Amino acid sequence: MPDKPRLTREQIAQRAAQELPDGAYVNLGWGIPNLISDYLPKGVTVYFHSENGILGMGPRAKPGEEDSDLVDAMKVPVTLIPGASFFSQADAHLMTRGGHLDVAALGGFQVSEKGDLANWKIPGSKGSGGIGGAMDIAAGTKKVIVCMEHNTKDGAPKIVKQCNYPLTGIECTDTIVTDLAVIDVTPEGLVLREVAPGWTPEEVQERTGAKLIVKGEVPEMKLG
Amino acid sequence: MKQKIVSSLDAAVADIPDGARIMFGGFGGAGFPNNLIQSLSRKGIKSITAISNNCGTRDGELGIMFKNGQVKHVICSFPGPHANHFQERFAKGEVTCELVPQGILCERMRMAAAGLLGFYTTVGVGTEVAAGKEERVIEGKRCILETPIHADFALIKAQKADELGNLTYRLAARNFNPIMAMAASTTIVEVDEIVPVGSIAPENVITPAIFVHRIVQAKGLHYAG
Repeated sequence: MPDKPRLTREQIAQRAAQELPDGAYVNLGWGIPNLISDYLPKGVTVYFHSENGILGMGPRAKPGEEDSDLVDAMKVPVTLIPGASFFSQADAHLMTRGGHLDVAALGGFQVSEKGDLANWKIPGSKGSGGIGGAMDIAAGTKKVIVCMEHNTKDGAPKIVKQCNYPLTGIECTDTIVTDLAVIDVTPEGLVLREVAPGWTPEEVQERTGAKLIVKGEVPEMKLG
Repeated sequence: MKQKIVSSLDAAVADIPDGARIMFGGFGGAGFPNNLIQSLSRKGIKSITAISNNCGTRDGELGIMFKNGQVKHVICSFPGPHANHFQERFAKGEVTCELVPQGILCERMRMAAAGLLGFYTTVGVGTEVAAGKEERVIEGKRCILETPIHADFALIKAQKADELGNLTYRLAARNFNPIMAMAASTTIVEVDEIVPVGSIAPENVITPAIFVHRIVQAKGLHYAG
């Protein structure tokens, strides 16, 4: 029997965007997180950080207005907002490791019940793999949100008791936003905070590889 | 005044020997010393250890060095999705690679620059990068010991140099360049413009001249990779 509709990647980004407080300093990783800047709630201003030494990135540069010396960490030409600054890669990561960034949203292959994150290498993959800034960001940012699909294409859970993919960091994830749920990593375990519209906590638990703690009624996500 | 200005790109890299450890600035297409890289490759250098964030974009940036088989070992954080020449040689075992988390790569170079012999960090604890490294607990946190990364040469890109070697960078083309300038024994910079001493206001200098040994003007020689 086919599953009920899940959130799209854009909707995962839209829900994750609601986690950003006004005035926050924020780093967005590859994949779904990179879509978050399109869905900032009205009245919320955040300052986007880039590992190559930018604070205060604005939207992508319009065609014809790109400057190859002004790119984000994914090599995409961007713009600046008033009050932006430049600094070296060392200072950019001093900000990540040193706990100066309020929120980082990262993609994920797996998250464990303790908040371990695997997002840089698929086991058995050919080639060298690449770490980039993910380990620094995961280790030091005040709040790490992992945005990913709840299950692999084959239906295997990506939220698991213990990761069997190469780790990016241990006990570094604070919140997981998927196409089925919003889940907080707490000292007691994984707490199911919200479910996707049309889904029950039991159905989400069935598709999760670790125990979800349910406290009272679990509301549906609001995507406004 | 000590003469740091070199008349040509080829002259700037002429004495870099086979087997040298060389840092290369740049990130995301910005701030790469592409003209110096071309000269270095053209002179037929062999067996270098390259220290750089990534491993080139097809033939561009460091790509040409991997294409020509001139690198034996690379220390980087993210080879990159278009580092096909690197990946081909890596698959054949012709080049070895140490992956380092990006900010730790910066700090290990800064250690070399600062005359420090290491630091402890929580970054990488419990992951593949912790393999073989000393682990201990400080302030209740598990952390691993990281050691300096030294280099014989740094090839970097800046926007302007004055005749003493004080440097400024354009926009986000700064990235790794100021760190590598400080970390290597000999730093060679290619710039768009060389200006008279005193033209750059002291408070606008990003890399002080003490870290810069050779300056070469490369504007208009831009290599399209």
